[in-house]
Amino acid sequence: MKVAEIAEKLNLKVFSGKEGLNNEVTNGYTSDLLSDVMGHADAGNAWITLQTHKNVMAIASLKDLSAVILVKGFEPEEDMAAQSNEEGIPVLGTSEEAFTISGKLYGMLQK
Amino acid sequence: MMHFEYHVEGGNFTKAGAASSQLKKILKQLNVDPKIIKRIVVALYEAEVNIVAHAFEGDIFIDIDTEKIGIKLVDQGPGIADIELAMQKGYSTASPSVREMGFGAGMGLPNIKNNSDELKITSQVNIGTTVELVTYLNQ
Ligand SMILES: Nc1ncnc2c1ncn2[C@@H]1O[C@H](COP(=O)(O)OP(=O)(O)OP(=O)(O)O)[C@@H](O)[C@H]1O
Ligand SMILES: [Mg+2]
Repeated sequence: MKVAEIAEKLNLKVFSGKEGLNNEVTNGYTSDLLSDVMGHADAGNAWITLQTHKNVMAIASLKDLSAVILVKGFEPEEDMAAQSNEEGIPVLGTSEEAFTISGKLYGMLQK
Repeated sequence: MMHFEYHVEGGNFTKAGAASSQLKKILKQLNVDPKIIKRIVVALYEAEVNIVAHAFEGDIFIDIDTEKIGIKLVDQGPGIADIELAMQKGYSTASPSVREMGFGAGMGLPNIKNNSDELKITSQVNIGTTVELVTYLNQ
């Protein structure tokens, strides 16, 4: 499923990285610990987190993740959004908590 | 035989991962197996961020030949008193501000171990740490 379709169905705000809206989302990974994501996320995963700094994009890029979804109304810091645009990896946002949005994404990707 | 060097500034998280990103591009251009690239990128990133998070400064030396990729990270910093303890999953001395960013889970060194074929760490307290990694290309 494409990032754009997920953004639309889950009513996510698109902060940055619009060029990557066609990225294919293989699965999701939910974590706020960067070395956990580094060690265990897979290419194509959408990363659900509350971390809003630039290092998130460095990891998303190194791991070939499809998108980052910020929870609880968090917004990307300026340099995070800038790097998202450069890399073409979208940063999306929701007002919902990680548990809720992870569950919804999981349900969508199972079908 | 190719050789690359990068300098790493301690404490500067805005540049953390720059060397890993460069090496990833180089390895892609060299048509290295994507599975091997993934492992090297994880190992180098964690070692690079450890210099940023825990040391004052350091240098990365990368040697690529047809058989293997060797990476050596030499830093000036506090060193590691008990390397075996530092290798344990969950052990971290990261500061509260570094933890707030999501670093400091104590999983970096275990990630390096899981994603390299050979790992050697040597360290002297109050002088610095040297991390050496080898990844074989034809396995
Ligand atoms: N280059 C280094 N210089 C000094 N101490 C280090 C260095 N690398 C690691 N350490 C020590 O080893 C500990 C464990 O390192 P490790 O990378 O596993 O976890 P971390 O860096 O604390 O957290 P994480 O990597 O999960 O973000 C560190 O907290 C630190 O005490
Ligand atoms: Mg670490």
